[in-house]
Amino acid sequence: MPISWRPYVAGALTGLLAIASVLVSTQVLGKAKYLGASTTFVRSAGLIEQSVAPEHVTANEYYQSKKVRVDWQFMLLVGILVGSFAASRLDGSFKAEGSPPIWRDRFGRGVGVRAIGAFLGGIVAMFGARLAGGCPSGHGLSGLMQLSVSGFIAMAGFFGAGIVVAHLLYGRTRGGEVGHE
Amino acid sequence: MSEQVLGLLTGIVFGALLQQGRVVRFEKQVGAMLLQDMTILKFMLSAIVVGMVGINLLVDLNVVAPSVKATSIGANLIGGLLFGIGWAVAGYCPGTSVGALAEGRWHAVFAIAGMLVGAAIFAEVYPALKASVVSWGSFGKITLPGVLGVTPWGVIVILVIAYLALFRLFERKRL
Repeated sequence: MPISWRPYVAGALTGLLAIASVLVSTQVLGKAKYLGASTTFVRSAGLIEQSVAPEHVTANEYYQSKKVRVDWQFMLLVGILVGSFAASRLDGSFKAEGSPPIWRDRFGRGVGVRAIGAFLGGIVAMFGARLAGGCPSGHGLSGLMQLSVSGFIAMAGFFGAGIVVAHLLYGRTRGGEVGHE
Repeated sequence: MSEQVLGLLTGIVFGALLQQGRVVRFEKQVGAMLLQDMTILKFMLSAIVVGMVGINLLVDLNVVAPSVKATSIGANLIGGLLFGIGWAVAGYCPGTSVGALAEGRWHAVFAIAGMLVGAAIFAEVYPALKASVVSWGSFGKITLPGVLGVTPWGVIVILVIAYLALFRLFERKRL
């Protein structure tokens, strides 16, 4: 099988995007913006809570420290939605999927089981990301680009626990049948 | 240009690259954790090699300010391990969950809903965590070259060689 250059090229271009982002945001906004994603989930949760219990959000120390508003990173995530949709439609890789193949091999075709797994996994993952202070974008990409010690520790935790739990969950499926592209 | 417009434009390019790198797929995320398909590590480390050189150069030239996250061994490690557990089950990280939803993998919406709930729970218990886990092994905004007392460029050269060696290993093992 020939080498697929796809992840290397897309990755290197993402590196250039990270450089362009800090450069342009410094020029235009007067503050360097580094790629990240998980703080937006805090602000989004805060915005939702604000619509039903505004005084609760005002009184919450964490929400106040993160400033509940639609900021640069919030729009970055909206952009990811737009960019991924456009790219997948353009090259025909857009595909409606209610449950991924590796999951189906292990837990069956039911969307309900997948929904519960994804929901509970999402809760634990985001709680962990906020405790760690970032996710694979903020700690992984931006942190390791800047050689921050926190990035190396967090990435070791992400992959350390991820490798163990993934093997426990999916390790006994038929070789995992992970396709290359 | 407002910060929102700049964020949107940056995100559109980021989303297209994540999707074209195929890293928004459940298969690729879990494939890396199963040590069977290193697509997401090839993508991340390629971005890091390029970004590490460029951003350190811009910081050295005083063109941009760095933004280093604080190191707390307790919070980084325990939070990191918790993230890894949830990541293996959900199959998505925060950024890729949004990208996966956009390329039709609609089960990602359940992971996104869970992540919003996880963020809300964290906001409630934050004061207790700040006084405990976050204060364990807290060293502030430190970097690897700072701790080692060497220039960033020495560390960068070693890491670039290490990351390229990993790429060679991945390709030899057809991962």
